[in-house]
Amino acid sequence: MQRRFIQKRLTNNRILAYLFSITFLTISIILGISVGTVSVPASMIIQIVGHEIFPFLTVDSIDSMYTSIVMDIRLPRVILAGLVGAALAIAGAAFQGLLRNPLADPYTLGVSSGASVGAVITLFFQLSIPFIGSFTLPLLSILFSFITIFLVISFARKIERSMKVETIILTGIIFSSFLGALISLMIALTGDELRQIIGWLLGSVSMRGWEYIKIILPFFIIGSAILLINANELNAMSFGEERAHHLGVNVQQRKLIVLTAGSILTGAAVAVSGTIGFVGLVIPHLTRLLWGPDHKHLLPLSILTGSGFLILADLVARTVISPTELPIGVITALVGAPVFGLILIKRRTERSG
Amino acid sequence: MLYVENLSGGYGETDILKEITFEVDKGEMFGVLGPNGSGKTTLLKMISGILGFQQGMVSVKGRPIESYSSKELAKIIAVLPQHSDQGFSYSVKETVSLGRYAHQKGWFQSWSMEDESIVKKVMEQTGITEFQDKNIQSLSGGERQRVFLAQALAQEPDILLLDEPTNHLDLSFQKELLDLLKQWTEERGLTVISIFHDLNLAGLYCDRMLLLEDGVINIQHTPNEVLRQERIQTVYRTTIEKQPHPTVPAPQMVLLPKKSSNKRDGVHVDSSFVTISDERIVLRTPIPLKTMSSGVVGSGTGWHQIFINRHVALDYDCSDYKQEMVQYLKGHGFEPSETVGMMTAVQLKDAALRSYERDGFSIFVIITAGVGNAIDASKSYLHDFQMQSGTINTWIFVNGEMTEEAFIQSMMTATEAKVKVLHDQQVMDKVSGTFATGTSTDSILIAATQTGRKLEFAGTISPLGKLISKAVYECTKEAIQNYEKRKQS
Repeated sequence: MQRRFIQKRLTNNRILAYLFSITFLTISIILGISVGTVSVPASMIIQIVGHEIFPFLTVDSIDSMYTSIVMDIRLPRVILAGLVGAALAIAGAAFQGLLRNPLADPYTLGVSSGASVGAVITLFFQLSIPFIGSFTLPLLSILFSFITIFLVISFARKIERSMKVETIILTGIIFSSFLGALISLMIALTGDELRQIIGWLLGSVSMRGWEYIKIILPFFIIGSAILLINANELNAMSFGEERAHHLGVNVQQRKLIVLTAGSILTGAAVAVSGTIGFVGLVIPHLTRLLWGPDHKHLLPLSILTGSGFLILADLVARTVISPTELPIGVITALVGAPVFGLILIKRRTERSG
Repeated sequence: MLYVENLSGGYGETDILKEITFEVDKGEMFGVLGPNGSGKTTLLKMISGILGFQQGMVSVKGRPIESYSSKELAKIIAVLPQHSDQGFSYSVKETVSLGRYAHQKGWFQSWSMEDESIVKKVMEQTGITEFQDKNIQSLSGGERQRVFLAQALAQEPDILLLDEPTNHLDLSFQKELLDLLKQWTEERGLTVISIFHDLNLAGLYCDRMLLLEDGVINIQHTPNEVLRQERIQTVYRTTIEKQPHPTVPAPQMVLLPKKSSNKRDGVHVDSSFVTISDERIVLRTPIPLKTMSSGVVGSGTGWHQIFINRHVALDYDCSDYKQEMVQYLKGHGFEPSETVGMMTAVQLKDAALRSYERDGFSIFVIITAGVGNAIDASKSYLHDFQMQSGTINTWIFVNGEMTEEAFIQSMMTATEAKVKVLHDQQVMDKVSGTFATGTSTDSILIAATQTGRKLEFAGTISPLGKLISKAVYECTKEAIQNYEKRKQS
């Protein structure tokens, strides 16, 4: 009797988790589109979006200005923020599981620094690859994050054949510092492009439009799918690599797959929005705290919560001192850094207590 | 089941293990022993496929382990780690369920009814069902170890590898875990290969053992053969002594601490330690003596430092005389655990006590004797059983170091001397009318200081035996004469 009750409670708990996260995301999207210098009521948003999806629905009564605001400015912005948030959150959740460290996130591995270097180089040299033109920036970011993660991995493997997680983190930190220094060097050498680079470094999802969504979406789908398929392996690996090996996980192979998927997600996110910190750290941690550490649910829930969170953060960034826009990274850092500190203190007291 | 041939390898350039060859059969409990750094853990890592090796072969069920995929291997070999740190708060059930990983198929690894029932079964077997929804971080070390045991068993392995499984566990959990493993090897044919730090625990549970020394096999054999005193002393470079387990046929090794004080050396038991009153004879030594005795309290072998021969009335009758004696000792300030206590109805003033010396060692004897219940041992079947206070109590204190044989031979020698006294004194068995050999409840105590001269034997012809027969003969005779004199007066 009691066991059945507990099981039922767990299932209910899971349904509740998804309901809660979806509701949170939906509210975030509606708020993100609705709030601004021109307020768009929720019912109108639904009509406009409905008309775009099903053109046979008539929207005669709606001002074309609203349609333009929703469809050309706010909706792409909200979707982009959502995708970036989701990508960073699921990548963070996966890295944390893999590294067995709730404080790890995409940045620890140097992936985002690599992506940033790619972007800064593009801006600094004003690179433009023929045929892809404006897509040069995001593609180079992804390429550089790839290169960085593989450098980090082969470097770590050189140090230690078994590639312990500590070694990888340390290597990531070394690479981050080195790449960060490269970026600083380039900024110091830049004249006019300075403002653009700094603005980009702080992160933003404004005025990116639909093209950027097209760029991140395929990478997001591929990366997330790979991670979701590897949820069980992530569960095993969060008990340690030896343990995972004993449970039957092909650790070397799976580790590489997870790291690759994570770097695709991070690279794509950094490419379209710049460096937005702490999403990959705070969201998985919060999700784990609320709904448990099982990656089969942690990963999808992190996607939902992460996207909702970044949409709200962007909303705050553009409205709090309107008409001036804050970089979105400022908002996430303001929320994220104290949470980071709290996790640190909690872990410390747990260990000593 | 598992076959290791000519295995060499280690970390980096230097080989930690050199040419290891052994075989473990199905259903065996196989212990891997050796001092720190001898390569035990390295060996286990190679068998479980975590660490590669330079040379040799490890094969499981007739196939080299490299030929298995990670999942295939996990269905055959499960490992119970020494301790697992877990950064995330998985529930107990989630943790155990991970043991089914290798059995799940397809990209989405759906959870089958079989998986569910096996997880339930192993949680039941390891006694963790009641806290299946608890967070593993909130569990105690022993509980957590059981959770990981359940996880390993959920893999349904043929071979279970353990790295010092009882580390961090308190005594009752150590026993529980090993009893459980032993039971599984016997009932289900599970093969257990375990590293042991504790030689005694290994000796109790293992069928066979492998002793590693500096990466090389010293010996693989049964516990009794592997745990030889000289072998363990050389391999572990320490002084130990092998002893039989008191209740099960398994060897036990005991550590011998460095003798720190010279306190023992000065002790020489003689009449100066004795106080005699009407109520009791007390001999108290500054150090515990090794004893073998048939007293009411402190009988058997042990270490004791208070020796009491208590006078009781002829009509002393107590069904629980042992308990009564303990109470008596406590009431008079004697610690029962440090005491060998006997009873007699004889007047204690009639005791005969004397020191004897020869060849650089000495003994001291105290004998109280009464022959009211004298019996001929060969005719004892004629007597009704009646528990009465012992009438010849023989105490022999040896200032020397005695072996176990010497203790036993001392008893024989002393008994023979006693019989001779009764014969020479013409003490008769009143029932049979023949010469008596003793009384119905005689007691004996042999106690040795265990310092000074080493006395290996105590047969009648050995130096110690000669001294004991002389002393027992003379003192018993004197005590009986005292007893007779008092009876006549």
